[in-house]
Amino acid sequence: MDLSRNTLIDLYATMLTIRRFEERVAAEVYAGKVPGFVHSYIGEEAIAAGVCVHMDRQDRIVSHHRGHGHCIAKGADMKRMMAEIYGKKTGYCKGKGGSMHIADFSIGMLGADGIVGAGLPIATGAAMAAQLDRKGAIAAVFFGDGACNEGEFHEALNLASIWKLPLLFVCENNGYGVNTSAEYAMGAKDITRMPEAYHIANRSIYGNDVELVYEAAAEAIARLRKGDGPYFLECKTYRWHKHFLSNALEDLRPSEELEAWKQKCPVAAFQKKLLDRKILTASEAEQIDQKILAQVEEAHAFAMESPYPQPQDALEDVYSI
Amino acid sequence: MREITYETAATEAIQEEFRKNPRTVHLSTDLPSDLQREFGADRVRVTPIAENSFVGASIGLAGSGYRTVSNLRMATFGFVALDQMMNHAAKITYMFGGQAKFPILYRMTVGAGYSGAAEHSISPYAMYMNVPGLKILLATTPYDIKGLLKTALRENNPVVSFEPFLLGGMKGPVPEEEYFIPFGKASVRREGTDVTVVALARMVYEALGAAEDLEKEGISIEVIDPRTLIPLDRETIIESVQKTGRLVVVDEACQTCGAAAEILALTASDRATFGKLKSAPGRVCGLDVPIPFSPPMEKFAIPDKAKIIKAVKTAMRN
Repeated sequence: MDLSRNTLIDLYATMLTIRRFEERVAAEVYAGKVPGFVHSYIGEEAIAAGVCVHMDRQDRIVSHHRGHGHCIAKGADMKRMMAEIYGKKTGYCKGKGGSMHIADFSIGMLGADGIVGAGLPIATGAAMAAQLDRKGAIAAVFFGDGACNEGEFHEALNLASIWKLPLLFVCENNGYGVNTSAEYAMGAKDITRMPEAYHIANRSIYGNDVELVYEAAAEAIARLRKGDGPYFLECKTYRWHKHFLSNALEDLRPSEELEAWKQKCPVAAFQKKLLDRKILTASEAEQIDQKILAQVEEAHAFAMESPYPQPQDALEDVYSI
Repeated sequence: MREITYETAATEAIQEEFRKNPRTVHLSTDLPSDLQREFGADRVRVTPIAENSFVGASIGLAGSGYRTVSNLRMATFGFVALDQMMNHAAKITYMFGGQAKFPILYRMTVGAGYSGAAEHSISPYAMYMNVPGLKILLATTPYDIKGLLKTALRENNPVVSFEPFLLGGMKGPVPEEEYFIPFGKASVRREGTDVTVVALARMVYEALGAAEDLEKEGISIEVIDPRTLIPLDRETIIESVQKTGRLVVVDEACQTCGAAAEILALTASDRATFGKLKSAPGRVCGLDVPIPFSPPMEKFAIPDKAKIIKAVKTAMRN
């Protein structure tokens, strides 16, 4: 698939934005400035970027605890994300959700869930809504290898299959649920055997190559829009940080494995391709980076300047009016 | 006035609202023939027996602009879907800062008294009351179930309707004209002066039976049916207890941490009400056992008219 220069640069900018945002958040977490748990998406950027680029606002996504990348790729405002991560009143959820629960319904980002596998049934509902609307919209759900052992995963695959839902399952297989390897925890071993069992079209790809993700997602989403039923895309990747950012949490993964995957950095690899192919010059790449760093800085400043909620704001939003 | 069953009244509420609002969907494990015939198999879908999937799908539908009715059949099956119900349906409005509305009606039956044994008999509404974010209905008449479900189908929050299994076939007067019953308004089923009896679910009828017997002995009891547990009509309960000075709460759910405990606590901890109590408030609840199968044991485990009469007489003595 030959991608236009604009598309290539868009993909690169989305990945780099996620990377710079996550780097800044991680630095703040390790400086002790962020409350709660933060799960970093660094290392997996190509997946959110390569999938979400094919969707517009009427298409809906459901994310998971490691959700910052999906938000950014779907077009969320980094200022309101950063404010939410800090628990500020100006955040997406007015400080009621935090890093793990960012949502922006106005752009079709139906939220990140902190319960492994729980986004899958919710996404079947979003896909059913798209099916009933008959406007060619689709839904996509992101989840990890860990979710594939949950009952909700299997229930959602089954429902999507029997109702031919326009739902894209995006499995971000980073090989571990916290510190437990998929090799140990997953009886099926090969993830795509599970969608196969439910008669769901599927493909397994190397998830750190954004062009490959782009091309696979394009094909999958075209099928969804035609009404051909659900599609399952496994993207093999690796997270660079621990399960969540914490000095107290152990990382039991082999260090040589982590180092090997860092050599396969999705952002660096793509930048090299763009430079080699003369899509970008070094100075253009630098300009993009500076622009993104400024946006991240602006988001951080917005969060810093924003007020905390009043304690009694805790009583609001239990119910909608 | 015509008389229809509790279940027919519930179906009528759904039919009326589905006719008005095309962005409505019905999900259930059993085929609701009347609904599917009228609204089609696209909107009225039979689901696999996989409760978490369709309780969760209702949330995704709601977040995408559809109103959903999900019928789980029995509250014991509802436990299978507790992740989606408790972690998501209940919390999602709040956790996302109120940026979206989640209009969902979950229905399931409760109660015991039909030898369904422990896995087909339970009254777990107090568990749901303990997870903020859900509104909770407990209708006991055909008139009430229709009026409350009509309101639920205009509500912008997840609502759980707990429907007493044994009342499903009960007939009662239901007008042809459209009506709505607001949440948080208790029904005083019988007025009285000596003892306030707050009765939940099917126990309303046991309490009304007790009231008739006690009247012959010169004891006048006021029977209050809260109809909705969240929101709970505290005012009507407190006003009645201030009038009678005596309170007995009746619920077939297990006693420990039940809705009855909450009703006792809210009255006893209200200073003005406490000062007017003439005797210790009492409760008649299910025993703290899983519901047994064999009829003599089951009858022993849940409240009935005789147990209510005994509790009322105790309240009258001290």
